[in-house]
Amino acid sequence: MKTWVTPGGVHPPENKHQSLTLPIGSLPLPEKLLITLSQHIGTPAKPCVELGSSVLKGQKIAEAAGPVSVPMHAPTSGTISAIEHRPIAHSSGMLAPCIEITSDGRDQWQAHQGIEDYKNASASTLLQAIAEAGIAGMGGAGFPSAVKLNPGSERPIHTLIVNATECEPYITADDSAIRERAAEIIEGIGILSQILGHPDNILIGIEDNKPEAIAALEPHTQDSGVSVVSFPTKYPSGGEKQLIYILTGQEIPSGGLPADIGMVCVNIGTTYAIKRAIVEGEPLISRVTTMTGEACGINRNYETLIGTMVSHMLEHSQFNQDRCSRLVMGGPMMGFSLTSAEVPIVKTTNCILAPSYDEIPDDEPAQPCIRCGLCAEACPVSLLPQQLFWYSQAEDHERLEAHNLFDCIECGACSYVCPSNIPLVQYYRHSKGEIQKARVEKVKSDHARQRFEFHQQRMEQAERDKEAKRAARREAAEKAKTAKSGSEDKSGAGSAADIIAAAQARAAARKVSPEQQQAKFERSIAGAEMRLQMAEEKLAEADDSQTDEQKNILVAAAEAARQKLEQARGRLAEHLKERNGEQVD
Amino acid sequence: MIETIAQYPILAALIALVGLGILFGALLGFAAEKFKVEGDPIVEQIDELLPQTQCGQCGFPGCRPYAESIAKGDAINKCPPGGQATINAIANLLDVPAPELDAEHGEEADVKTVAYIREDECIGCTKCIQACPVDAILGAAKLMHTVIADECTGCDLCVEPCPVDCIDMLPVEETIKEWHWPAPPTTADLIASDLRPQL
Amino acid sequence: MAFKQITSPHAHASQNTGKVMQLVLWATLPGLLALTYHFGWGSLINVVLATATAVATEALIVQMRGRSVSFYLRDYSAAVTAVLLGLSLPPLAPWWVVVVGTLSSIVVAKHLYGGLGYNPFNPAMVGYVVLLISFPIQMTSWVTPLALLPDGVSHPGLVESLSIVFAGYSPADGVTGPTPLDSFKYSDGLLVDQIYSQNPLFSQAGIAGVGWEWVNLGFLAGGLVLLGSRIFTWHGPVAMLAAIAIMSALFWDGGSSNSPGSPLMHLFSGASMMGAFFILTDPVSSAVSNRGRLVYGALIGVLVYIIRAWGNYPDAVAFAVLLANFAAPFIDNYTLPRTYGHIDRRRATEKEEDQQEEEKSK
Repeated sequence: MKTWVTPGGVHPPENKHQSLTLPIGSLPLPEKLLITLSQHIGTPAKPCVELGSSVLKGQKIAEAAGPVSVPMHAPTSGTISAIEHRPIAHSSGMLAPCIEITSDGRDQWQAHQGIEDYKNASASTLLQAIAEAGIAGMGGAGFPSAVKLNPGSERPIHTLIVNATECEPYITADDSAIRERAAEIIEGIGILSQILGHPDNILIGIEDNKPEAIAALEPHTQDSGVSVVSFPTKYPSGGEKQLIYILTGQEIPSGGLPADIGMVCVNIGTTYAIKRAIVEGEPLISRVTTMTGEACGINRNYETLIGTMVSHMLEHSQFNQDRCSRLVMGGPMMGFSLTSAEVPIVKTTNCILAPSYDEIPDDEPAQPCIRCGLCAEACPVSLLPQQLFWYSQAEDHERLEAHNLFDCIECGACSYVCPSNIPLVQYYRHSKGEIQKARVEKVKSDHARQRFEFHQQRMEQAERDKEAKRAARREAAEKAKTAKSGSEDKSGAGSAADIIAAAQARAAARKVSPEQQQAKFERSIAGAEMRLQMAEEKLAEADDSQTDEQKNILVAAAEAARQKLEQARGRLAEHLKERNGEQVD
Repeated sequence: MIETIAQYPILAALIALVGLGILFGALLGFAAEKFKVEGDPIVEQIDELLPQTQCGQCGFPGCRPYAESIAKGDAINKCPPGGQATINAIANLLDVPAPELDAEHGEEADVKTVAYIREDECIGCTKCIQACPVDAILGAAKLMHTVIADECTGCDLCVEPCPVDCIDMLPVEETIKEWHWPAPPTTADLIASDLRPQL
Repeated sequence: MAFKQITSPHAHASQNTGKVMQLVLWATLPGLLALTYHFGWGSLINVVLATATAVATEALIVQMRGRSVSFYLRDYSAAVTAVLLGLSLPPLAPWWVVVVGTLSSIVVAKHLYGGLGYNPFNPAMVGYVVLLISFPIQMTSWVTPLALLPDGVSHPGLVESLSIVFAGYSPADGVTGPTPLDSFKYSDGLLVDQIYSQNPLFSQAGIAGVGWEWVNLGFLAGGLVLLGSRIFTWHGPVAMLAAIAIMSALFWDGGSSNSPGSPLMHLFSGASMMGAFFILTDPVSSAVSNRGRLVYGALIGVLVYIIRAWGNYPDAVAFAVLLANFAAPFIDNYTLPRTYGHIDRRRATEKEEDQQEEEKSK
């Protein structure tokens, strides 16, 4: 079958033979298993068991929370010994919510069975079973499979691609799974095809460095409509975007999904898990993980329970810490280093790599970039890594976006070839994080601006209302005055202004005794005196830490208070003069 | 004509240059009228880049007045909540050099903070509600006040008016979702034999 | 158990900058040997003197910048700049010419801009141009090739060469002479055929200038080795040589007295081959994408031909390279490769939304 060639790419030494000498093994049951609640893209699962309760193998211990989420299941029977934040395998080293199960050694399954007549079941029944089984993409991304397999009616799927590429060096999990479980995998592909409405093309993409796996698949694919397509080995051919291009020559539009061009790409390990879920009713509680690297005496694949601690795996693989230069979860190109082995395996862990110093020596310090362009030649997405590096150092977000930073798949091919040992991928990850942060902040600041503008409008409206009320009162007072000096007759019940005017007229008509008036004036003087005192105190307190502007404000306030006092005294004096004048008259 | 130019070279040069000047001046004037942009869009563009905390640390009563002042030529390094990133963005927009944050107006905070009212001590005076520029405080007279943390921009304006000083500015915790890789250390940091550490 | 926290990828190819530069140095050997054979010890002395000056200067500056000298000298970049400059200078040039040139290259063109990787201009060419403009006489007196030395005259021996270079002795008569491009340019009035038959520089040659053709062939061989080792891509050199060939073919008027010269002559004279494979391919100052390098190389080729044919100088690689260095960011702006998943390439300063808006408004 015709295949296309992606641009760029590198050919690191494969180092796969070390872990393929033995078939898939199993580790002794660990004492404690730690299940992280967020092993997938989407909302973390919510625990649905209580501390201390006993669970059986395969029992649900956490519910899916929301449409893009998967549930978690107990990998073995035992008791829930903790539901708290624990260290997980993440580059940040932060803690995350986990459920710890102490096994009781019996490894007892809960009663389970698959869908009887699954070949005639509807797509939605199958999808629900997959969702209940907690299946997420096991190739590395961890996207909930039930959501991926349900792209909706507006996006009909014409091609199903099963990803058996496993392009990273050292990893052989999918390879050994195919060799031993080919029949079940083909059955799983049949189920996928059924869910997607029998797409026209079903392709298994596999690199040509896996002849045994190809041979294992061939007999089962004879009449099933499934084609096994092998293509030349190159890193990174296993990325979804690259594999789709290799097999079909089409590209996923930037920012889009394969479903946008009518394709779905599923990892072959996920396919096997889906088959087990539908046919045997087993939730996703274990996966094949490669244990490899020269610092381990035993290099092989294990069917590992989800939640097994890495330390447990290392213990049973003759691990020699002194020889080990670093501990990597994943492959040597995209895996992340672990600072401690007390972290659990998750659904997307395909390899634990413990290399010796010969295999992966310590990094050299980075030399300056000489813009040699080897990175641009290696980039499978045709980016210009040297320019991205330059703008990442300069924190020039606009240029980074213009150079398509977010199309970078972080495969590491550029850093692999860089002769100056520059950690390019870390720069890109950092910049992507900074740009995301800036976007979130922009949304927040736009929102804050809206609220501020509304706040201002509200204030202005309140001012206007107050003004209106003041104007109304003034009008009413005017009317009351004319009403008082004019005719005596009351103009019957009427507008509110009339009522107000009448009330004001009554108030004005009420005679206030001179003594009461004097007392009123004296009270206002006392108030003004107190306010002046406060203003002067504040001014005295002002020291050099205040700016001149602020001092001027205080001085002005004191002045104003003084003036008000003067006015109040003046009013009292006038009043007394009037009274004396009246008395004299 | 060539002979005339040869005979009166200075006059010819004068006429040529003045003529060209008139021609280009006319062209420029025409272009200035035809391609004129109404209003001053630069103020909007600057305001888009400011963080909208309306905190007043720049000396202006809000972000929009500061944006207007920048458009008139004010220094662009007065905004601590925006930090160096905002200074760089404004410098990029206006094509001017990007200075460091002016320490007189405040320091760039390492961690974002939001206000938190200690409800036991709140007396319900509404002074903080009036102070908040984005109406992020819920409450009414003689009723409990509380800060809506999602809406709080961390501007600090509510802390002063509170008569019982019951408002704290607490740091916002970074979760694993928001974590991202730090920038790798530069070569200068990695070499142990640097003679002068600040290089 | 505690382990180191290191970012991916963890595997690494074995290429490193020091090795790349060393390979470039080895690749200059054929050209250097040809120069030494045909023109005497002068070139070798230039190269050694320039290298010593460059390494010492760089060590001094790196120390002044407070950085680790061994780390920064390990990448051999100063040596490469010095060797390229030394190869372009006339043999038997006085020592101070070499030193001044090297100082301008290393100090002005490289470290004042920030060191390796930060220089916008090719350092060796900056040094050469500074010398050419400041000391035109010393820079334009070349040595007569071995085959054309008059009877009884031979190239100065090693000791004599050293004394010419350092102590200012004048070489014997007949030792100095013009380059083929020099003498071609200044043979006005003669038909090309006549020049070829009358001028011994050409009449005794195979394809272009005596001695010079071997030098250029030497650099071509070195360049092909580097190309085969994938130190650089073919786009730059091929574009430059193709541009020179096409321009000289276009303007070849059958060999009249005004003719600027045949394609073969232009390709194998002067610094054409060295420029194509060693100068133009300096990655720091050239364009970034492969398409960009095609444009960059073609621009250099066109400029070289134009200056040689109608400009004041007999050889023009240095000027052409510097002019193209000016243009490199502009070329980069318009030659971004098309990224996976995008429909069209775009300019380096615009974002996708702007491009889409532009498309809609068209």
